[in-house]
Amino acid sequence: MSEPAAPSASGAIPVTVLTGYLGAGKTTLLNRVLTENHGKKYAVIVNEFGEIGIDNDLVVGADEEVFEMNNGCICCTVRGDLIRIIGSLLKRPGKFDAILVETTGLADPAPVAQTFFTDDDIKRRTKLDSIVTVVDAKHVEQRLADSDEAEEQIAFADIVLLNKTDLVTPEQVKKIEARVRHLNPFAKIYHTQRCDIALDKILDKGAFDLNRALELDPCFLHGHAFDATHDHSHDHDHHDHGHDHHHHDHGHERDHGHGAVNPLHDEDIRSISMSTDKLLSPGKFDEWIGAVLMNEGQNILRSKGILNMAGSDKRFVFQAVHMVSEGIYTGPWPAKDQRRSRLVFIGRKLDEAALQKGFESCVA
Amino acid sequence: MTETNTAPGPGAGGKGRMATFSFGAYVVAAVNNGRLFAVALSDGTIRLIDSETLDADSITVRAHDGAALSLCADIDKGAFLSGGDDGKLVRIAAAGTTEVLAEHKGRWIDHVAAHGGTGARVYATGKEAFVLGKKPGIPARQLSHPTSVGGLAINPKGRRLAVSHYNGVSLWWLGAEGAATRLEWKGSHLQVMWSPDGDYVLTAMQESSLHGWRLSDGEHMRMSGYMAKIRSMAFTKRGHYLATGGSERVICWPFTGGGPMGKAPTEFGGTAGAPVTAVAAHPFHDVMAAGFEDGTLQMGQPGAGGGAKLIMKPTGNGVTALVWNPDGDKLLAGTENGDVHVADFRPT
Repeated sequence: MSEPAAPSASGAIPVTVLTGYLGAGKTTLLNRVLTENHGKKYAVIVNEFGEIGIDNDLVVGADEEVFEMNNGCICCTVRGDLIRIIGSLLKRPGKFDAILVETTGLADPAPVAQTFFTDDDIKRRTKLDSIVTVVDAKHVEQRLADSDEAEEQIAFADIVLLNKTDLVTPEQVKKIEARVRHLNPFAKIYHTQRCDIALDKILDKGAFDLNRALELDPCFLHGHAFDATHDHSHDHDHHDHGHDHHHHDHGHERDHGHGAVNPLHDEDIRSISMSTDKLLSPGKFDEWIGAVLMNEGQNILRSKGILNMAGSDKRFVFQAVHMVSEGIYTGPWPAKDQRRSRLVFIGRKLDEAALQKGFESCVA
Repeated sequence: MTETNTAPGPGAGGKGRMATFSFGAYVVAAVNNGRLFAVALSDGTIRLIDSETLDADSITVRAHDGAALSLCADIDKGAFLSGGDDGKLVRIAAAGTTEVLAEHKGRWIDHVAAHGGTGARVYATGKEAFVLGKKPGIPARQLSHPTSVGGLAINPKGRRLAVSHYNGVSLWWLGAEGAATRLEWKGSHLQVMWSPDGDYVLTAMQESSLHGWRLSDGEHMRMSGYMAKIRSMAFTKRGHYLATGGSERVICWPFTGGGPMGKAPTEFGGTAGAPVTAVAAHPFHDVMAAGFEDGTLQMGQPGAGGGAKLIMKPTGNGVTALVWNPDGDKLLAGTENGDVHVADFRPT
């Protein structure tokens, strides 16, 4: 069984957002979070109260009420019900040490993520830990073909559980994984059956927190780290969930060349990665990214970057959900690191040439 | 009265002093009904404090399995209504006995309101507000709203109900069937209140601003510039000023001569950096008490120069609820960590 997770550095309560299309296996995972001894007490906010088969006073039903902030920004939509529920939960210190938010299969994850950046109290007292998306390997292709939400849920994910891999052939798994990777180059991908993953792989990971993600995995965002993490547990009869040793990080040399876009499919959503060895000007970058997010933020679902700024020995990490962004200087560059600036956009209707040109114009 | 140090235990109460009760759980709300103060806590209990005998112990009422979410004075003297995340609406009598008036399994009772004059009692869970009928437990009327209820307020005459939600406020007549009148304004409306003359409806919004409507002509009021969410607002007794939290000073909007439209607010009091989290109007003077996020308590008079009298120095525990007794000689402040201070202003 996994060790109790270390408390987050800031003392803020970690929040995991669980998304995934109907029937993908979210409820299985939720029930595991509520019953297994993983060292943390979770308050769980669910969309369908009846689905959870457990009588637990820390399970709360939510109504998924999205509203637009009255600040003129069209994509500043947030979940008012979460503000209310989490606000009330925060008045009960000591009752729980982490929060898990389940969304319906049809939900756009953006308002959930944006809630954690826009409400002052929630911003101060909680920390979005990661967005976990459960993907049904058997049906995902159909879902991607007929729903925008399925695409968005993958595009937003920090962690993707490619579930029900036992129901498809290894070739199909490969194909699906390539599809997921095309939509989202920075998510960690795990292969599971009945969501049989060690919970410490997905809970309290700080995957959303770029700073922490870098500490845990210095190769995060590097071209060569854009590989799937495979679950090699092929024993279908296992019901013991302490399978840590079966999860190996694989070093597939999949070629995601910098600045390259994978023209695999015709999905709306795609990702663009760019990089440079030259030092960037903080002022120029700030101005450029601000304009990009203001003008294109509606189409840019997420962006993440690690940047080598002129005048600092520290890494500047940047991330955004639509127009809501944060950027901070973190620790020094690892000695072995090449101090290369990298930036990834995931979105629709991205003008790659313009983004590339803009990025290059930020050189100091 | 000048500031006194907070003393531990209720035994420190008395004339010209500060009594402190340590309840150990977040104070969700505090109200008075006659000589009794009721304090609702996040541990599901309601504590009753007799304002006449601050030396005595408080009464602990185990009202909810979970957290108390809402509290108001009931329609008769000394009784209270509380709502909890156990889905129960509970009536608490002066002696501390309880009676469950309604129950909604798996839901939260987020808001309650009652009016002694007309006997109206209303509570809300999710998108629904319920008007209690004569028989306990049977909602006489269910009022549905497009989104979750952000706040409830019965008008001063006790005949009309304002319910805030996304994109506006619904106004219902309590005594008659019929559809709601909708006051529209985009965004998430939280706490709602009426002006003492019943001519204005005001809401605190998610975006750290206030919105208001003049009912006679539907004129809008937008009051912004706050540093934080407005958690508390109160009209001075005669309705001349609306005092609001959400800033480092108490922001007071004038409601004389046609309302605050186009006028600048006056301010009083303040701390360095900690916003006002609770305000409470004195029951018969034009005096307003204010509590701050750092635990400071002050009082001042809106429109009278901006000065404020210090009631309590910062404690580090944010003030979450503030209420006077009906005689206006005691002020109760509830805080984040469960300490409840009662300042006694009677001359020694």
